[in-house]
Amino acid sequence: MMSTAIVARHTSLGESDNRALASVFAAYTVSATLWLLFATAVGVLLAYKFSAPDFGRGAWLTFGRLRPIHTNATFYGWASLALVGTAYYVAARSSGTRLYSTRLAWVGLALFNLAAVAGTVALDLGYNDGNLEYREWPWPIRLIFLAALVVTAWNLLATVSRRSTQEIYLSNWYILGGVLWTCIIAIVAILPWYQYGLGQVSVSGFYMHNAVGMWFTPLALGIFYYALPKVLSRPIYSYALGVFAFWTNLVFYPIIGAHHFLFSPLPWWLQTLAIVFSVAMLVPVWGGSANFLLTMRGHLRERAHSYPLMFIFVGVVGYLIGSTQGTLEAFRSLQEVWHLTNFAVGHSHLTMYGFVTFAIWGGVYALLPLATGKAPSQLGLGLHFWMALVGSFIYVISLSIGGTVQGLDWIHGLPFIQSVVDMQPYYVWRGIGGSLMFLSHIVFAWNVWRMTYGRAGDSGSPIIGPTGAEVAP
Amino acid sequence: MSKPAISELVLIAGGSTLVYAVLALLMGVLPGIELSKTPPGSGVEPLTALQAEGRGVYVASGCSYCHTQQVRPLEQDKVFGRPSAPGDFAYATPELLGSERTGPDLTNIGARQPSAVWQFIHLYNPRAVVPESIMPAFDWLFDVVAAAPAGATVVPLPDKFAPSLGVVVPSHRAEALVAYLASLKQTPMPASGRESQTAKPVIAATTTASIADSAPAADAENALKGKASFTTNCSACHQANGEGLPGAFPPLKGNAAVNDADPATHIRAVLYGVHGVNIGGVVYPSPMPPFGPALNDADIAGIINYERSSWGNHGTPVTAALVAAERAKGQ
Repeated sequence: MMSTAIVARHTSLGESDNRALASVFAAYTVSATLWLLFATAVGVLLAYKFSAPDFGRGAWLTFGRLRPIHTNATFYGWASLALVGTAYYVAARSSGTRLYSTRLAWVGLALFNLAAVAGTVALDLGYNDGNLEYREWPWPIRLIFLAALVVTAWNLLATVSRRSTQEIYLSNWYILGGVLWTCIIAIVAILPWYQYGLGQVSVSGFYMHNAVGMWFTPLALGIFYYALPKVLSRPIYSYALGVFAFWTNLVFYPIIGAHHFLFSPLPWWLQTLAIVFSVAMLVPVWGGSANFLLTMRGHLRERAHSYPLMFIFVGVVGYLIGSTQGTLEAFRSLQEVWHLTNFAVGHSHLTMYGFVTFAIWGGVYALLPLATGKAPSQLGLGLHFWMALVGSFIYVISLSIGGTVQGLDWIHGLPFIQSVVDMQPYYVWRGIGGSLMFLSHIVFAWNVWRMTYGRAGDSGSPIIGPTGAEVAP
Repeated sequence: MSKPAISELVLIAGGSTLVYAVLALLMGVLPGIELSKTPPGSGVEPLTALQAEGRGVYVASGCSYCHTQQVRPLEQDKVFGRPSAPGDFAYATPELLGSERTGPDLTNIGARQPSAVWQFIHLYNPRAVVPESIMPAFDWLFDVVAAAPAGATVVPLPDKFAPSLGVVVPSHRAEALVAYLASLKQTPMPASGRESQTAKPVIAATTTASIADSAPAADAENALKGKASFTTNCSACHQANGEGLPGAFPPLKGNAAVNDADPATHIRAVLYGVHGVNIGGVVYPSPMPPFGPALNDADIAGIINYERSSWGNHGTPVTAALVAAERAKGQ
């Protein structure tokens, strides 16, 4: 049975501790999966509206209300919950201890969900705090999210401080950093006193980039640093490089937010500074990516049948390409073409999907079976992987080409409506890609069910044997 | 648990959080404090209560997910107005600069499209005036009533978009939203002082060269440019088929001024706008905005020649020089 294998490795931990950790991890993952299904169902409807604007009429289904529901449900419901659930597992396991407080984890889960439900309802009723990316929820609801974050930070800190190891494993650097920094971001976003007119524009630039780069990026990287050695049974290529990437990411990332407002009336020096540090971001991005790729080097082919590894591999490549693309987009010469076009929507999906979401899936598929002793079928993994990969390829490429066409139409001085007409085929392709992505999420939900409520013992996973015990590679 | 282990936790969690707090202060809060003090540009006024309410409807409906309110100092943005200046945003909280331009920029929409009637028709169903539009219909901001109450605006919809029974009147929220859109007018570019330091000169992209050249070889190209300028500036009201919208916007097809051998009335209408004039027996409620400030003589000549030679019209062609002459006479 599952517990015999795990207890064998963590003799100091009781069976009830393991079961508690597994149920926390499973509950966060299940909850996140439901949000993923909801957020991407809304996303598919939105994609459809670009070709059929009169489909789904009325205030509650209008584009301008569903659009922030899609982005916020993805941000707060799906990615945040999934990453926190995995982070709990990684923090406890890599520290060789039990979770500091199961109760706090449940409280956090309830608060995260309360905030996401309240925020979704508020947006659909038209209570939008100002169309400012990722902070559309009315601020009292964002306070609930902040409370959930504080609870999570406390629980993770206390867990790591009870570790049985001397060192704090690298994953926990990223996880603790991400949770603590995001508390600061959330506070900066809510306080009103420096957010009037142009002042708010500068805060928006800071916030919208930090909210993804200091929250999702470190947590996803933290998962890579734990799951990758676990799946490969070999240590990370360079621990020191991981530490170096941690500090450079911390110092460079907060400075680049203003690149979202190039050519705006924000001070020119602030925009230029953001461009310079967008280039500097290549240091942690390439350093981190190289570290993961070198860890996998020579082992990808022999384990190509290992879908958890393939998900992580796509996540790493998504991180590398998406972030490098972000640096390129920050140049004024390229912003002249791509700024305000659908190219940016392609970029945000390349990063939030190709990087963050694939990283989560890799982490969940690698670790949740270890926690529950139940694994999804190889068919389910394969269907999920290929539909998500092909779907996101179609999505990103169609919007990248379409966005370029859009930007060139404007530069050529064509009537504006021409850019709307020219986007139509790319919108259709985006819808096709998005639909495939959504179908893959249904398969993912099935796989999550198999890993949580399903039967143990019918597994096709390479890291979990038929009896639910971990296979020694 | 040994002491060094605790201090490592303090260093990583506490140290990095301290570093991040300092950076958040430097890159988030301090620029926010400083820029929040940006004084209003000259002529930039706070919104009235009705306009502010309309801005609320704009935010609640998520308009800025598709419409920006920032004109960049780039050639391709000139069509939306002058480059935005810091003083333009003094009263604009929450900021609505936006990050996507699926639809056109609205910074100066009050000047570019001053007709409330057009805005009402367009909001009720955008495809009633712009067939290719993919904007949602905001018909839920309107009421369908058997007969319009006294003083209410009846939205003059084309038959295809009108309800089968009754008439469409804007709700209070629609009135407020249109009042807000009408308020979006740029003030003249600040000439000097603090603001001009950040307002950079226009950076030339591939430009649409002006149509000053009237050599015969360029005629075909000029005709294409005239049609494009018409699509950009005129067809939202007068429609691509030149027939306008009955009761809302006058037709150009068969229009007396357009077919007149003397082009002065036609030129002056485009240069200075029209309001309250009897056209073919109808006095239209909407004002036509002046295009003299935004377009040069050659562009205006191109538009006029397109109108005078399309839809069966047979007006005599005009030249940029003729437009210049009318411009010199003044309004």
